[in-house]
Amino acid sequence: MTDAATQPDAAGPAHAGKGEPRHFARMVTIWLVLSLVLDPLFYFLVGPHVPPGTMTSTAEENQFDFTLLVVIALPVLLGVWVYLGYSIITWRASKGGDDPVGGEQARAHLGVQTGWIAITSVIVLFLAGYGTYSLIDTHGAGGGQGPNPVWTPTAAHILPVQVIGQQWAFTYRYPTFGGFESKQLVVPVDTTIAFHVTSLDVIHSFWAYQLSIKADANPQIDNVAFTTTNHTGSFTVRCSELCGLWHGAMYNYGQVVSKQAFQTWATTTEKATAANTKLLPPFAWTYVPDANGADGGYYNDTVVPYSPSEVYGAKQPAS
Amino acid sequence: MSYRGRLTTFLVMLAAVIALAVYSVNTFFLPQSGVTDFTSAQPAGAPVNLTVQTVGQIGFGAHPTWVSYMVRAPDGQWQHNTTWKVPAHTTIHVTVHQYDSGSPLRNQQWGRIQGVDGNVAVLNGKPYSVYDSNSGNGVGHTFAIPTLGISVPLVGVDSNATNICSAAPCDSSSVSNTITFTFTTPGPGEYPWQCFVPCALGYLFGNGGAMSNANYMGGFLDVVQ
Repeated sequence: MTDAATQPDAAGPAHAGKGEPRHFARMVTIWLVLSLVLDPLFYFLVGPHVPPGTMTSTAEENQFDFTLLVVIALPVLLGVWVYLGYSIITWRASKGGDDPVGGEQARAHLGVQTGWIAITSVIVLFLAGYGTYSLIDTHGAGGGQGPNPVWTPTAAHILPVQVIGQQWAFTYRYPTFGGFESKQLVVPVDTTIAFHVTSLDVIHSFWAYQLSIKADANPQIDNVAFTTTNHTGSFTVRCSELCGLWHGAMYNYGQVVSKQAFQTWATTTEKATAANTKLLPPFAWTYVPDANGADGGYYNDTVVPYSPSEVYGAKQPAS
Repeated sequence: MSYRGRLTTFLVMLAAVIALAVYSVNTFFLPQSGVTDFTSAQPAGAPVNLTVQTVGQIGFGAHPTWVSYMVRAPDGQWQHNTTWKVPAHTTIHVTVHQYDSGSPLRNQQWGRIQGVDGNVAVLNGKPYSVYDSNSGNGVGHTFAIPTLGISVPLVGVDSNATNICSAAPCDSSSVSNTITFTFTTPGPGEYPWQCFVPCALGYLFGNGGAMSNANYMGGFLDVVQ
């Protein structure tokens, strides 16, 4: 930025004079008005519709974070646009007019440069601090924390759901309901969920979009991610790690339902799949596939749960 | 280097690059097979009979040792196509001739019959809804259309049999299992189907080769109006 654009008195002989308007004050005023109008408009009108919505605590927090980022970024964007627009209109070259200001007249302005660096540094440092706080406050903000999560929720009852990636589908096991496995992902509302994400073959990534959960599915790794459901609805699950030929088709849909509906679904499915469940390997946090091509099933390993504080319920199979 | 030498080098390198590009496009981007069309084989609305076979090794083409599906076209000819065009909202009677041996499933979840009429398939005349892949001959392959919720385990043949088919298309002289089931097509769209058994022998975890290339153990159900 040059003081030719910001300091009327230093704009050069061709621009100096008593009648020269206070350009900097004008630009600040325009910027301030636009920011004061557009920021609340975005926050109140667009913010509630920013993805991923409010289906879970993590989604709600992430929606707020995205909105906050835009509210902070918008004045910066407006500042650049106002400066650019004002400069084009005010100091544009005209036929027969003076030459544009340049050369030694377009020198640096210490105040403007210092202010720019200071303001942007404060913004970046604030965002770094706020981002770190958000990770802790929302128990990982929906991301996988590995087998030993640092930030765990304090809910008295946590429903564990195991997510198993394989080429090319996700399946789900419910250890508190006899360890049955399903292609459907159904979870109850107003409940804290611990997703235990693993894989039977290559690296996948479990991305439940509207739940704002995204955790890599690595073979022989129990990657844990938490969330608490806020309201009922359907959500999309996609693999977000390029995992082979049918990666693009590796998606399905899940549902957040009432607690009663979940209980009914889970017990019904447990009963309906009992014949197959007894053929599955005992529930485990990770499984070890046989490396010899098609031969062999998968086997539970000896990994213990990440924390004894997690409440699994009476029917949890021994791991 | 002389001008002629540089020109020759440039032309040789250019030819190599063009050849590589053509090979890559042909191998990775162009369809490797045609489409088997079942839409005009019977009157509108009438059920479609879809007959396929799974073979341990295809026996021809670029990868003769790879495992593969084949489909019988309406004219009775076996084709190495994995895109099958069928009409929408129509009953599909599927017959699978399973010529490959089996093993325990990596995930027994695929031992359940799901998404087809009654969640039941028929194995050599006997209905089944779950197959224990740790017993008998295990499961050779599965036929699954994940977006339609369809999954059927295809029980393997005895690996010690003396008449295991060694090259497609296989016929009744080889040991086989016949699996039948029925489902109804949804509205128009392309629905990927695949095998959930990592059956590419010789590749790490069985996931390479025929499992990672189109036109062997996966394809599309092309449902049209």
